[in-house]
Amino acid sequence: MDLNYTEEEVAFRDAVRSFLKTQLPEEIARKGAEARPLTKADYDLWHSRLNEAGYLAGSWPKKFGGAEWSAVQKHIFEEESALAHAPRIVPFGVAMLAPVLQAFGSKEQQDYYLPRILSGEDWWCQGYSEPGAGSDLASLKTRAVREGDHYIVNGQKTWTTLGQYANKIFCLVRTGTEGKPQEGISFLLIDMDTPGIEVRPIILIDGVHEVNEVWFTDVKVPVENLVGKENEGWTYAKYLLTHERTGIAGVGFATAGLQSLKRIAKTEMQNGRPLAEDPFFAARLARIEIDLMAMATFNLRTVAGADAGKAPGAESSMLKVRGSILRQQINDLARRAIGPWAQPFVSEQLEGNLYHPGPDHAARATNTYLNNRKISIYGGSNEVQRGIITKAILGL
Amino acid sequence: MDFNHTEERRMLADSLRRSLERGADWAALAELGVLGALFTEDEGGFGGQGFDIAVVFEELGRAGASAPVLEAGLAGGLLADAGRADLVEQVIAGTLKVTLAHSEPGLRYDLGPITTSAASGTVTGRKSFVTNADGADRLVVSALEDGAVALFLVDPKSEGVSLHTTPALMGGTISEVTLDRAPAERLGLAETLETRLAAATLAVCADALGAMETAKAMTLDYLRTRKQFGVPIGKFQALQHRMADVAIEIEMARSAVINLAGHLSDAAPTRDRHVSATKNLTARAAHLVAEEAIQMHGGIAMTEEYALSDISRRLFAVDHRFGDEDWHLARFIRLSA
Repeated sequence: MDLNYTEEEVAFRDAVRSFLKTQLPEEIARKGAEARPLTKADYDLWHSRLNEAGYLAGSWPKKFGGAEWSAVQKHIFEEESALAHAPRIVPFGVAMLAPVLQAFGSKEQQDYYLPRILSGEDWWCQGYSEPGAGSDLASLKTRAVREGDHYIVNGQKTWTTLGQYANKIFCLVRTGTEGKPQEGISFLLIDMDTPGIEVRPIILIDGVHEVNEVWFTDVKVPVENLVGKENEGWTYAKYLLTHERTGIAGVGFATAGLQSLKRIAKTEMQNGRPLAEDPFFAARLARIEIDLMAMATFNLRTVAGADAGKAPGAESSMLKVRGSILRQQINDLARRAIGPWAQPFVSEQLEGNLYHPGPDHAARATNTYLNNRKISIYGGSNEVQRGIITKAILGL
Repeated sequence: MDFNHTEERRMLADSLRRSLERGADWAALAELGVLGALFTEDEGGFGGQGFDIAVVFEELGRAGASAPVLEAGLAGGLLADAGRADLVEQVIAGTLKVTLAHSEPGLRYDLGPITTSAASGTVTGRKSFVTNADGADRLVVSALEDGAVALFLVDPKSEGVSLHTTPALMGGTISEVTLDRAPAERLGLAETLETRLAAATLAVCADALGAMETAKAMTLDYLRTRKQFGVPIGKFQALQHRMADVAIEIEMARSAVINLAGHLSDAAPTRDRHVSATKNLTARAAHLVAEEAIQMHGGIAMTEEYALSDISRRLFAVDHRFGDEDWHLARFIRLSA
């Protein structure tokens, strides 16, 4: 047992810190700290800085130009980035599609798409969920029918995160109706410029345009855009879902969130004293901090276990459930901390003034609280995760 | 970063688990090195680090053992601090059973102010919540001496000492001890009391972790075998999800125990912040796990005869030893300011 990083890990952390200090633009960090939405230009700029420094493909295998980070290194990078309020790496190309192409894509697909992911030439989005297929993803209905050298795609995808910026979408489509629902699914790469695709914004409860509906009407997709084999897309989809899981606990976000919450609690006053000294508020805050101390170690135990060749598998479902609850508790406490300033609700999507009249730290707290209700729903809801824990860990 | 125990600690845990399953007695535990693991080499043992304490007590808790091991580490540690290697040697060999008598009526979980006083080779006062005193050969008693707290060695069988002993919620016994000019041998000032109590609090938390694992295993077993409405009750999602949460909170408690074990040798403010964080979280987890285990078992868990009752009581007792959830939360807040 040793709770300390090795010398190599400390050196890696210091390098990441100094990169963040010199390369992360102040304006972007400020937006991160204040939880304001980023523009496409912000994302693009950060993407290219990460790529230049070799951090973008940190987890990729060396033969695809990556650095083959250990799970602990990946954790360090994610945590330091969150603490510096850097944008998260938009995961759809780098962390989701790339591992699938590296494992199941053709040589041509690897050679063509992987460099474009790194350069930022392609912005990928994810076409998984459908209006009738959420937690029960395998019930998806978007159909792809083979006609000569093309698939003709019809259907609808939803919750497509940042799809408004994407020029490509990877989709799960139904190519077969025989056997179990999982058996007739294929993995298709689709150009968003193809005629018949329509992207419609969905404004979320916090007033932000983050996700979209994507409609497909007789969309022609060349057959060479099929990844792997027809009707085996479910295997690739599962691989994708289990691949990127070290950040699933969100410890970095929670740590950064707790730091800013403590700052708010020192500034906001209650009964003539800083809110941080109010015994009821202090108790809520302390309980969360205590949970986070344990959560950080729980996360590292799992991460270190994956490094030693153990499958992170279902343990990451535990991290997802507990980590999402903890982050939501932090957001909830931030909302309470700003008190009556939670009432002015500023949204670009609603009419009215765009400037929150309260202190800076109050401007986005409510919006962040509302937005992060999603984290116990997406990526397999917490109820789905509990089902996985029940079967895979508890054997019930 | 490494979350694996050393080979030595794993072996000790394995052989302790097997011995406890066979019903090891006090002599067997001493022979196995369970007591030696609580003391450093300088003190005559071969462990004494946070992770030594953690592995030993996790197994004792798992087995629901009521042997006075915690008492040996706590009172024995104070003897080591007083330079009494002669006595520590006997404690490690299992030939001298000791326990600490410090708390007093009205103090709840606070360490002071105490009123028991020392005068001309005797101590007088009343001590509360003294665990496993009835089987002890010596009590380590705290008492005021010129305004300072000092420690004294008292034979519980000597004149002037009377015990009112009941079974304890966590297993073993608990006594109210009355001292009336009881003959006492001075050990020294009680300067290391908080350090030794930090280690004892880790022991309680690790013990709770082991007990939680047993409660979990018993409940899982029950969910798989108990049938209602024609199916094993573990097929019901309402119970599955509760069980998943129980499993998650046990992993949180395990993580908290690791945190405290890893910081037990830190300077006092950092160490005590971890003591309070870990005790607060473990106490919350312990009563959640016990309550859920009872609820998921149903009626059978309410019976004294069923083995879960011992384990549940042990888990409920976690809150009441060395400071409860709220006491440690308040302390954590003070230490974080």
